[in-house]
Amino acid sequence: MRKDYRLEKRKYVVGGFIVVIACIYLFRLFSLQISDDKYKAYADNNAFLRKTVYPSRGLIYDRNDSLVVFNQPAYDVMMIPRDVHDLDTADFCNTLRITPDELQARLKKLRKSPGYSSYTPQTLLTHLSAHDYGRLQEKLYRYPGFYIQKRILRQYTHHTAGNVLGNIREVSQADIERDPYYESGDYMGDLGVERSYDHHLRGVKGKEILIRDVNGRIRGRYDNGSHDIAPVSGRNLKLSLDIGLQNYAESLMVNKIGAVVAIEPSTGEILAMVSSPTYDPSTLIGRERGKGYRALVNNPYKPLFDRALQGAYPPGSTFKPSQGLIFLQEGVVTLGTQYPCYHGFINGGLRVGCHGHASPIALKPALQTSCNAYFCWGFKAMVDNKRSKYGSSAAAFEVWKKHLVSLGYGYKLGVDLPHEGRGFIPNEKFYNKIYGEGHWSANTIISVSIGQGEILATPLQIANLSATIANRGWFITPHVVKEIQDTVLPVEYRTRRIPTIDAHWFNDVADGMRMSVTGGTCRMANLPDIEVCGKTGTAQNPHGKDHSAFIGFAPYHNPKIAVCVYVENGGWGASYGVPIGSLVMEKYLKGSIAPERKYLEQRMLEANTKIYSGTAKIYGSGKSAGKGSDGKKQAAGSTSAGTGKAGDKGHSRGNNFLQGAPAGNMPLPEPQTLAPMPLVVLSSKNQLCPLPQEITAAQAKQAH
Amino acid sequence: MSFTARDYRRTGQTSTLSHIDWFTVMLYFLLVFAGVMSIYAASYDFDQASIFSFDEFSGKQIRWIGLSVVLGAVLLLIDARMYETYAYPIYFAMILLLIVTIFIAPDTKGSRSWLVFGPMSLQPAEFTKFATALALAKLFSSYNFNLNASSGNYVRALAIIFVPVLLIICQKETGSALVYLSLFFVLYREGMSWLVLFGALLAVVIFVVSIKFTSMGLLGMPVGEFAVMVGIMCLMVGMLAFYVRRFEVARNVLLWFLGTAVLEIVLSSFSVAIPGYVFFLSVLGVALAYCLFEMLRIERKKMCMTVLTVFLSVSFLFSVQVAFDHLMPHQQKRILVSLGMVDDPRGDGYNVNQAKIAIGSGGATGKGFLKGTQTKLKYVPEQHTDFIFCTIGEEEGFVGTSAVILLFLILILRVISLAERQPTTFGRVYGYCVASYLIFHFCINIGMVIGVCPVIGIPLPLFSYGGSSLWGFTILLAILLRIDSARSSHLA
Repeated sequence: MRKDYRLEKRKYVVGGFIVVIACIYLFRLFSLQISDDKYKAYADNNAFLRKTVYPSRGLIYDRNDSLVVFNQPAYDVMMIPRDVHDLDTADFCNTLRITPDELQARLKKLRKSPGYSSYTPQTLLTHLSAHDYGRLQEKLYRYPGFYIQKRILRQYTHHTAGNVLGNIREVSQADIERDPYYESGDYMGDLGVERSYDHHLRGVKGKEILIRDVNGRIRGRYDNGSHDIAPVSGRNLKLSLDIGLQNYAESLMVNKIGAVVAIEPSTGEILAMVSSPTYDPSTLIGRERGKGYRALVNNPYKPLFDRALQGAYPPGSTFKPSQGLIFLQEGVVTLGTQYPCYHGFINGGLRVGCHGHASPIALKPALQTSCNAYFCWGFKAMVDNKRSKYGSSAAAFEVWKKHLVSLGYGYKLGVDLPHEGRGFIPNEKFYNKIYGEGHWSANTIISVSIGQGEILATPLQIANLSATIANRGWFITPHVVKEIQDTVLPVEYRTRRIPTIDAHWFNDVADGMRMSVTGGTCRMANLPDIEVCGKTGTAQNPHGKDHSAFIGFAPYHNPKIAVCVYVENGGWGASYGVPIGSLVMEKYLKGSIAPERKYLEQRMLEANTKIYSGTAKIYGSGKSAGKGSDGKKQAAGSTSAGTGKAGDKGHSRGNNFLQGAPAGNMPLPEPQTLAPMPLVVLSSKNQLCPLPQEITAAQAKQAH
Repeated sequence: MSFTARDYRRTGQTSTLSHIDWFTVMLYFLLVFAGVMSIYAASYDFDQASIFSFDEFSGKQIRWIGLSVVLGAVLLLIDARMYETYAYPIYFAMILLLIVTIFIAPDTKGSRSWLVFGPMSLQPAEFTKFATALALAKLFSSYNFNLNASSGNYVRALAIIFVPVLLIICQKETGSALVYLSLFFVLYREGMSWLVLFGALLAVVIFVVSIKFTSMGLLGMPVGEFAVMVGIMCLMVGMLAFYVRRFEVARNVLLWFLGTAVLEIVLSSFSVAIPGYVFFLSVLGVALAYCLFEMLRIERKKMCMTVLTVFLSVSFLFSVQVAFDHLMPHQQKRILVSLGMVDDPRGDGYNVNQAKIAIGSGGATGKGFLKGTQTKLKYVPEQHTDFIFCTIGEEEGFVGTSAVILLFLILILRVISLAERQPTTFGRVYGYCVASYLIFHFCINIGMVIGVCPVIGIPLPLFSYGGSSLWGFTILLAILLRIDSARSSHLA
């Protein structure tokens, strides 16, 4: 046989060819299988449907174990766009009871949203009713790419306490970035305990990994469910709130702007916390939430602004018990020390007005009659005494401030609710900045001694003073949650905080407050069989009528409840503060209102102070100007009750409160003295202060 | 060949078993075993009973394998010389069967290539492979046959190859028909000029480059076409220098190219450049005319081949777009997908995309036997037949895929070496035919699964589910082994 050795070499060409091809393929496989990870993810996306199993959210009970917030199942329609095919749109829309146009609009919106991916589950519709859910479930096999996700909605047994309970909303992109637990489409607490106890309430989400074939059929659980994670239900909360008392207090505050806070002194538990006007939490559920929330934001009275917690008000005369405590503690006065009152405090060209009562006067009667002069003299004796232990007015003022801070003023108390305000207690530096070091003395700032001027406090802080006096010298940080299921309350809600004032002085101040009820400004609070203690407050403010305020506790021995009532533009403390406060205490302690006091209850239920409030007036004029945005701004301004600042700067501090700026970032108040009658008279040298007519004019200017 | 006297004695007509190349048999069984396990894995379902269940693909394939072993054994018992003697009758019988098939086969998905016998169907095209190989081997082994002796020999060889190709195209099985083109490797081994394979390679390169790079580039030409033109110029100079070995001609042409290129650059800097097509065609035209002139003086044949190569390359370049436009739309799409120019994971690219996901998700060591999700959940289409390689890739990872590739490489190299060790032209040509079929199936099937070739629906030999393909390759290998085991008798 012939053999051609020249041609035999060609076997190397053929063999070489296949070796080269094999090498190319091996290289290609290496790059596909080893150096590229993305295919693994693609394959998992194909095969695994990761379904989140949502835990049920913790329930919320009140202090008497009556259910306040509970869950109701709702159903979301989810879609994985990539898997949707051969959809009978007409039938689908019919089943869901939507029009094809609505479906198209929804799909278009989905596609534009930032988290959109055709590979991941997208929420097509939320909160399907049980009826629609049933219809869809029956036909679901006909719609590949769609499935139903069980969710929960919150339901409320009462239409009250929206500010304490809060609500739930879908998480935002910012929430997801802050807390990796959240994924797009999750719900989280917004405002109230829903927000502050979200970690306890939400539980832990579960995961279910299902296997899905090319036709979108579920073929079972991955690895028999061994990679699934069962959800953990959220913890139930027991509020310290007495929902009955809360309802009653809210009904008393109807048509009034302001706040009511009731605390159980021995535990620091908040029994009721009303911010008025308030809102029904049921308006913020499910699909209606957006609409309801917008309505609240646009409401000129700003119901979302929690006045009990965030409102910064001049405490007025409710501040005086704290002054008495400081003077006694510092030895500035004794129980026998008497100061004169010639219808007011008159010193160095300064006049702070007062009402008719005996003169000279000691501490207890001064509390009883709410004598301005006594506390002005006491403050002057403490701050301006050159031979005192403090050395200077400034040093004395710092001591004064420290006592107040220890009583809970000036800083956030630390309540277990979001967005607490801190009020404002000025310090030495603050006045040095305004007047210059050494250029101010007690007389310059005399109005702080009667809870006016720069002093601002939240109703919660004011109520806390009442609780501290009720306890005779200590308090527990106020809180609204009494128990958390399966865990203990944080230690700060179980430990006493002791102010820098000796306990025995509190007895004397409590005596003064008792006298005020039996024979002073709070006589209306004098319940026949309960020893009530109280103190009125009538706070001047640049927004119209004075604010009506009241603090009190009862009974005198072993107190069960301490309250603070603050009604914007309510006039005298005795007009609204005392009746509402006493009714709340009576309701809580007795369970009902005595027949002879029914008239008072009726009067309070029907009374309307909104008509006096700056909001109503300004909002009215804003409306007549025809610009909603104007109205909004003015409404914002008016809620900054009693900042003492006229509108002559073209902006109002109230705006800042509403925008949630912490008190520390607030612009400093201008040096000022308050409008003259009946309490404070201008010093002749202070040209900065606008006259009342000017205030009104500036206010009016702002309104337009 | 180092055969001793004892070997002579042992090589009787009957002692085939002792001379069978057991290494190839081992490779065969390894691949078939790996194949049936992959088929089991590919068609495994959650409610699957048994690997042996005749209702499942794996069970059926085991039945096919059993029959293949019997068939192989029978073929090994037949006298090796019978294959040579009856090569043409077998070939003509198979051709007849192909023709008959066209008319009597039922229409399955547009193709008329399946003969149905009760519960099973066979594809005659798979059996034409060995018949064609035998016929081609017979032709080359005829007395004093030399491929290059006359063009008549080429015609005969090409006729043997292209008759089944045309018939199979008539059955609408273009993929199976293309397999026969691999027999050009055999022609090459038996003396066909390397220029044919080189030309084929050149055609593929020109095709890919001109189709893939279509953005407008220099001198008003697409980038791809510009590059091809420059490439053809380089090729021309190269061929003149190293193939024709006329260095002065090569130098002159090179200088001409460089000179005109410089001129063109200078002109283009004055913005009066000659348009690209005009420039290249005229420059190449002048160069070709010069070569034709030189051809009158010097060795004609090689110069002629050079001129022809350049001319055909340019012609091909200009006909590529026309030819491409004449392909079926799905064929165009497959080509564009494999060139990575069209990304269509839901449409025509779906198969390849899912196949790549399956293979890529296997990683280094795979997800484990029966644990592949892409294949279990039917994301990969045709996963037990043409895309069987995906199952290996997903469940056994890079370890598995490279093992399979190495097994095939070893098998192919072994078949080549078997072919080369044949003392007869018949045996050698037949062996190369087997190697060529294996090379084509291996390259195209795995290439399409990993996305480097267009999708052409042909099975992975010995692996893919299907009796016809398995039997076809069993017959091919069995006859080769029989011829190989009898080779020593020819030495006598």
